[in-house]
Amino acid sequence: MERTEIFEIARNGLWKQNPALTQLLGLCPTLAISTSVVNGASLGLATVLVMALASALTAALRNLIPYEIRIPVFILIIASLVTMVDLAFNAWFHSLYLVLGIFIPLIVVNCIVLARVEVFAAKNGVLSSAWDGITMGAGLVVVLALLGGLRELLGAGTLFGGIDMVFEGARPLHVLPEAYPGFLVAILPPGAFLLLGFLIAGRNWLEERAARRARGAAHEARPAAA
Amino acid sequence: MFTSPHITRATSVRALMVKVLVALVPGIAAYVWFFGAGILVSIAIASAAALAGEAAMLRARAKPLGLFLGDGSALVTAWLLALSFPPLAPWWLVAAASLFAIVVVKHLYGGLGQNPFNPAMAAFCAMIVAFPALMSQWPAPGLPFDVQLGLILGTSRPPDAVTAATALDALRTGLREAGAKGSVPAVLASGPAFGAFGGHGWEWVSAGYALGGLWLLQQRVFTWHVPVAFLAAFALIATGFHLADPVRHASALFHLASGATMLAAFFITTDPVTGSTTARGKLILGAAVALIAYLIRAFGAYPDGIAFAVLLMDMWVPLIDRTTRPPVFGHTRK
Repeated sequence: MERTEIFEIARNGLWKQNPALTQLLGLCPTLAISTSVVNGASLGLATVLVMALASALTAALRNLIPYEIRIPVFILIIASLVTMVDLAFNAWFHSLYLVLGIFIPLIVVNCIVLARVEVFAAKNGVLSSAWDGITMGAGLVVVLALLGGLRELLGAGTLFGGIDMVFEGARPLHVLPEAYPGFLVAILPPGAFLLLGFLIAGRNWLEERAARRARGAAHEARPAAA
Repeated sequence: MFTSPHITRATSVRALMVKVLVALVPGIAAYVWFFGAGILVSIAIASAAALAGEAAMLRARAKPLGLFLGDGSALVTAWLLALSFPPLAPWWLVAAASLFAIVVVKHLYGGLGQNPFNPAMAAFCAMIVAFPALMSQWPAPGLPFDVQLGLILGTSRPPDAVTAATALDALRTGLREAGAKGSVPAVLASGPAFGAFGGHGWEWVSAGYALGGLWLLQQRVFTWHVPVAFLAAFALIATGFHLADPVRHASALFHLASGATMLAAFFITTDPVTGSTTARGKLILGAAVALIAYLIRAFGAYPDGIAFAVLLMDMWVPLIDRTTRPPVFGHTRK
């Protein structure tokens, strides 16, 4: 992999084609499980693991997979990896496993995993594909953690609630005073939609501002060149 | 320029909104008479928050501030919101709801005329889902003003005696506590929450809303379709249930005079932005809101279901409009 390719793939995954904010793929777990930072980030990390391994494995096998039946083969690869992750969570993070529940097995049908395998890994080398899976997954983790943090903060006034499920003995942060009544809607499904909307709007606003600045800079540069 | 004897009258959003505000005055007067001046504080807080939110959003969207801020639409939203909220709700609840209504429900969807959902009702739903306990603090009649003010500003904790259940609440809990033996007539005869034919005091507030609403109808601010369809359907459904099972279901008169029925009939379902625009569509809309509201009241988890019914039907309005559009002149319906 060249340096520029590494940066280009990372830029795509984290910002330009961010799975949750731009491609809007895999919204089911994004909206359902992002009720707190810990829940969101853990499911995101499980997805990263699956995406990196699935992309690498598919890229390695890409010349052996008949084109016509590639989708079932991809799904089989993803499903075996998800089963491994599912068993690993059950063994080492059992209480978290109980919270995330059905959403770990459901990573199989998360469109973002299949999308990256189909769009990228089936046409690129093993290292690039693994890196693509990691950065795309990282883009998802950032959004899930941010969304989870916003929902948790607005809804309960805490951050990192349930952290002891991952690190024993760790305590959640009580950011807002004890008397904070808790805006329950933020934790309920409508809050997920509203806040994801705000995050997408914020990303679009940043993009537009950057584009405007780039135009303005070009505009100023032209008379000087002429 | 005007060759024929047309009578022209300039109607503006501002004139319309001022009429709606004026029409709310009888209801507010009855409110103050029975429950004290606390509601005026609530209205003031809601209005201030709504105007602040409106101004901030207009500035952010680079719209002319004076034109839109002066049209009164934010004030109407704020007043309807304050009137549908419990008057003893703490100030931050009312302010947050106003901001939510104006910023999220109205302006993020494109501002006046573009919002698919009624802002006051959407904010009401958001708050009753988020803070069910605070949203059920209704005042007992005759509460002194300083006690009300203390509750609104959050300087004093509510003693149990100052809050009272509304008629709909009291009926619901009365029936539940009495279990299988409970009956509507027995509950109605027992509680202090009930008046001559509706909730105590509330029946006259409802009458005030109806009076203002009829004046708006006479002023042709809206057509008769929605209020008539809504009230007729509500009365029919309630009468049907009452006749089938008078022990479990209150009469139509009780339902019309309690809760937000009258406010909804004349001020909320008639919203020109989120409501249907065709005559038949308005009839369907009014009747459907009544049906959903009654079902939530009688069988749902919340005491009054009008806000949820309005939001649910707002979603259907584009489809209703599309299917009830009258054929263009000269064309026949397929």
